[in-house]
Amino acid sequence: MEKDNLEVLDRNFQDKVDREIKIEPKDYMPDAYRKTLIRQISQHAHSEIVGQLPEANWVTRAPNLRRKAVLLAKIQDEAGHGLYLYSAVETLGADREDTIDDLHSGKAKYSSIFNYPTLSWADMGMIGWLVDGAAIMNQVPLCRCSYGPYARAMVRVCKEESFHQRQGFEIVVQLMKGTKEQKEMAQESLNRWWWPALMMFGPNDADSKHTAQSMKWKIKRHTNDELRQMFVDVTVPQAEQIGLKIPDKDLKFNEETGHYDFGEIDWDEFWQVVKGHGPCNTERVAARRKAKEDGMWVREAANAYAEKRAKRNKKAS
Amino acid sequence: MSKKEWPLWEVFIRSKQGLSHKHVGSLRAADAEMAVNNARDVYTRRSEGVSIWVVESANVVASDPSEAGPLFEPANSKAYRHPTFYEVPEGIKHM
Amino acid sequence: MTKQEALFEFLLRKADDSLIIGHRLSEWCGHGPILEEDIALTNIALDLIGQATELYKYAAKVEDKGRTEDDLAFLRLEREYKNVLLVEQPNGDFGKTIVRQFFFDHFEHLFYEGLVNSKDERIAAIATKTIKEIKYHLRHSSEWVIRLGDGTEESHERVQESVTALSRFIDEMFYQNDVDEILIKEGIIPDVKLFKDEFYKNIEAILEEATLKLPAENYQMSGGRKGVHTEHLGYLLAELQYMQRTYPGMEW
Repeated sequence: MEKDNLEVLDRNFQDKVDREIKIEPKDYMPDAYRKTLIRQISQHAHSEIVGQLPEANWVTRAPNLRRKAVLLAKIQDEAGHGLYLYSAVETLGADREDTIDDLHSGKAKYSSIFNYPTLSWADMGMIGWLVDGAAIMNQVPLCRCSYGPYARAMVRVCKEESFHQRQGFEIVVQLMKGTKEQKEMAQESLNRWWWPALMMFGPNDADSKHTAQSMKWKIKRHTNDELRQMFVDVTVPQAEQIGLKIPDKDLKFNEETGHYDFGEIDWDEFWQVVKGHGPCNTERVAARRKAKEDGMWVREAANAYAEKRAKRNKKAS
Repeated sequence: MSKKEWPLWEVFIRSKQGLSHKHVGSLRAADAEMAVNNARDVYTRRSEGVSIWVVESANVVASDPSEAGPLFEPANSKAYRHPTFYEVPEGIKHM
Repeated sequence: MTKQEALFEFLLRKADDSLIIGHRLSEWCGHGPILEEDIALTNIALDLIGQATELYKYAAKVEDKGRTEDDLAFLRLEREYKNVLLVEQPNGDFGKTIVRQFFFDHFEHLFYEGLVNSKDERIAAIATKTIKEIKYHLRHSSEWVIRLGDGTEESHERVQESVTALSRFIDEMFYQNDVDEILIKEGIIPDVKLFKDEFYKNIEAILEEATLKLPAENYQMSGGRKGVHTEHLGYLLAELQYMQRTYPGMEW
C-alpha cells in the first residue's frame, strides 16, 4: 500500500517536472532528488565562499583605487552568492553550518578551480574572464532549474555576475594594451588558467555519473561536454582579438561542425585536484576553517547577548 | 552552547514606494537589529530596496502543499467572481 | 602656509585615514566570523575606499601639480602619509577591528556633521554623501561593541582588552595645528575641540551599556599627522604600493 502510494507520488513529481512546474520546498520530492540538490547547491555555495580566497589574495595589492574597489565589490558579491545558495540549501531541510562543516572536513567538494594559486595581478583578470565566464555558462541554464528556490537564487546570481566577467576581461585588455611586461604577465597567466578553466565543466559526459538523472530531473539542462564546447567557442575568438594565444596546440576551428576542436584535458591532474592534491587545497580549506573557528567566540557572544536582552525585555514587560 | 547557530530570518524587501514587500531570501542573525543590518548588506547592495522586513523563519506558518487541493481548488469553480463571467450586450461602453 | 597648502594637507589627512582603515577592513574579506559579517565589513571597506578616492581627487586638484588620485594614494613615501595612528593598527581579532572602527566612526560622525556645512562646496558635497555612510558604520560598530562587551565572559575580556589597547590612539584624532587654524578660520572645517566632550560622552555611554570601560589613565600616542607612524604602516604600504612600485608608470 505504502509502496504504491510512493510510486504515485514519484510519478506525479516527475510529471510536474516534465511539465516545467517548479518544485517548491514543502512539496513532495523523492529522497534522491532532495539529496542531489543538497549536494549540488551546497557544493555550489562552497565554491562561492572558497572562491573568495584566491581573489582576496590580491585585494591589498590591487594596483589602483578603482581596481581595488571593483575587486572588493566582486568578492563581496561572491560571499552574497554563497549566502543566497545556502539559503536555498536550508529550504531543503539541511543546516547551513552542517554543510559548511562537511566542507571543512573534506567530505563536501567545491569547484577545483579555486585550488589554483593567484600569482600575479593578471590572474584577477583571468579569473573574471575565464572562471566567471565558465561559471556563467554553467549558471544561466540553472535559472530554469526545476527546484524553485535554487532557480530563484540563480536568477539573482546571474544578474549580479554579469559585471564580474566584464571587469576581468577589462583587466586583461588593459594588460594587452600595455608594456611588454604586462603582455607577458597576461599570457603567462592565461597559460596557467586555460586548462583548469576547461576542467570546471567536470568530467566528460561518458564519465559523469550524475548527468543523466540530473537532466531527467531538470536540475541540469546541458551536459558537461556541451557546456565546455560552448565556452571554448565563445572564448577563443575573444583571446585572439586581444592578441593572446590559447595554450593548446590541437586547437583548431572545424569548418564542418562549426565548432573549435580542442586538445585532451589532463584528466589525471583533474582527479588529483578533486581528490585534494591541488596546489592550494590544503590552504583554502584551512583558511575557511580558521575563519569559522576564530569567529566562534563572536557568534557565541552575539547569541548570549540576544538571550540576555530577551530575558530583560520579558522582565520589563 | 558552542554549536548553537544564529537563528534563520526570512527577508522581505520593498523595492520602491508603492510596491509591497516581496520575499527575497533568508539569512542568519543573532537578533532583530542584526537581521535588518545583514539584510541591508546582503540583499540591497545594488539599491534594490527602500524598506526591509525581517521575520524569524520559525515564526512563519505555511500552508501544507498536500492540502493544496481543498485549500485552493474550490476557488476554481467560482467563475462568477471574475468579470468575464458576465455577458454585456454589444455596444455598451465603460463597463 | 597658504590656504591652498592647508587645504591640500587636510585633504590628505582625511583621505589617508579613510584609505588606510578601508585597506585594513579589506583584509577581512573572505575571513569574517560569519558570512553575513564578511559582507558587512566589505561594505564598510568599500565606503571608505570610495571616500578616500573622492578626497584624493580633490587633493590632486587643489595641489595642481598633475598628480592623480592614484599617485597620491600609492606613490608617496611613508613619511608623507598623514593618517592617524589608530587606523593603521592591525586588525587583531574581530573585536579589535570593531573597537578600532567604533572609535573612528564616532569621531568621523561628529567631524563630518560639521563638514557638511563647510564653506568649501566640494567638501560639503563629499561630506553630505559621506555622513550617511558613516551613520551606518557607527550603528554597525556600536551595536557590535555592545554585543561583544555584554556577551560572554570571553568576549567581554577580549573586547575590554582591545578598548584598553586602542584607547591610546583616541586623542590623536583631535590633533590640531596651523593647518586646522587656517581652515577653521575660513569656515572650511569644524573645530574638533568643540565636540571632544561630546565624543567622549557618546562613546562612554555605549561602553557603559556594553559593560566596558576606558582605562582611567592612558598615555596618548601621536605622530601620524606629522607622518611619523607605528611600525605597522610600513608593511601595509609595502602591500598597497607593491604593483605601482614594481611596475613604475604602467596603467592597470
